[in-house]
Amino acid sequence: MNRLAVVTGAARGIGFSISQKLIDSGWSVAGCDVLEDDLKKKSEQLGDNFSAWVLDITDENAVNETAGRIEKELGPVFGLVNNAGITRDGLIMRMRKTDWDTVLNVNLTGAFLMCRAFSRGMLRQKAGSIVNISSVVAILGAAGQANYASTKAGLIGLTRALCREFAARNIRVNAITPGFIETEMTSELSDEVREDYAGRVPMKRMGLPGNVADAVHFLLDDVSAYITGVVLPVDGGLTT
Amino acid sequence: MSLENRVAEIIIDKLGVKPEQVTAEAQFDTDLGADSIDQYELIMGFEDAFGLRIDEDEATKLTTVGKVVDYLKEKGLD
Repeated sequence: MNRLAVVTGAARGIGFSISQKLIDSGWSVAGCDVLEDDLKKKSEQLGDNFSAWVLDITDENAVNETAGRIEKELGPVFGLVNNAGITRDGLIMRMRKTDWDTVLNVNLTGAFLMCRAFSRGMLRQKAGSIVNISSVVAILGAAGQANYASTKAGLIGLTRALCREFAARNIRVNAITPGFIETEMTSELSDEVREDYAGRVPMKRMGLPGNVADAVHFLLDDVSAYITGVVLPVDGGLTT
Repeated sequence: MSLENRVAEIIIDKLGVKPEQVTAEAQFDTDLGADSIDQYELIMGFEDAFGLRIDEDEATKLTTVGKVVDYLKEKGLD
């Protein structure tokens, strides 16, 4: 039987690519997203080993209920990928508190709720791997992203804390910090801005969602069985 | 098997302690060497074995073997 992973933000961009990579590698994926239409479309592309779960990860009760249903209907969850994230950019002087709160709720609190909901099952089976998708902006910062950068740095703290809570139970917790990755989000940028970004990367190009997906697969798979608490950059050398 | 013995069996199995250590007064942390995650797993073990759900507020009060036995008796188990 295929191992099961839960991926949040599965309908688009990096989350979709992660789901595809895992399915191609013989996993089953429970893909969660709040974007119902996108999720349904992608679900058809990904085939029978993908199941779509419409979920707002900021809703505590919905997270707990969905986690229970996934475990009941699909069996034990081995992998959890906290990928869902949003931006509400703006200079801090102009950042409304709702922009701060909304980004924190989705990017950080959502990941906390998902980790909490699935950790009980992982403890029971004494096996599991959690991957939190952080960002290079957690390390480098980015003007206009006080909220986003804070959440991405928060995910690194969450990763290291949970690493210590679960390490002795054979549950691994790692983070990935993607750099400039071409997604729906970056496709809206002008060519000039994109070239400027690419020029700042030592490898002189933007990354692809598949590059992140490969790293996620590595960290979920048993080939990384002795790796936990790590923050793995997938950034073409940007943070070195 | 008595309730006390069933509880003791779970504790011995989870914590790897000797049967004579599992007295009613034994504290999970100081006497039986259980860290916080061990204690969480013990609660999970009791829930599974006795088919009930122990909420977090109650769980944090169950610090000794005797308190677990009393709690389960209160819940109508024997």
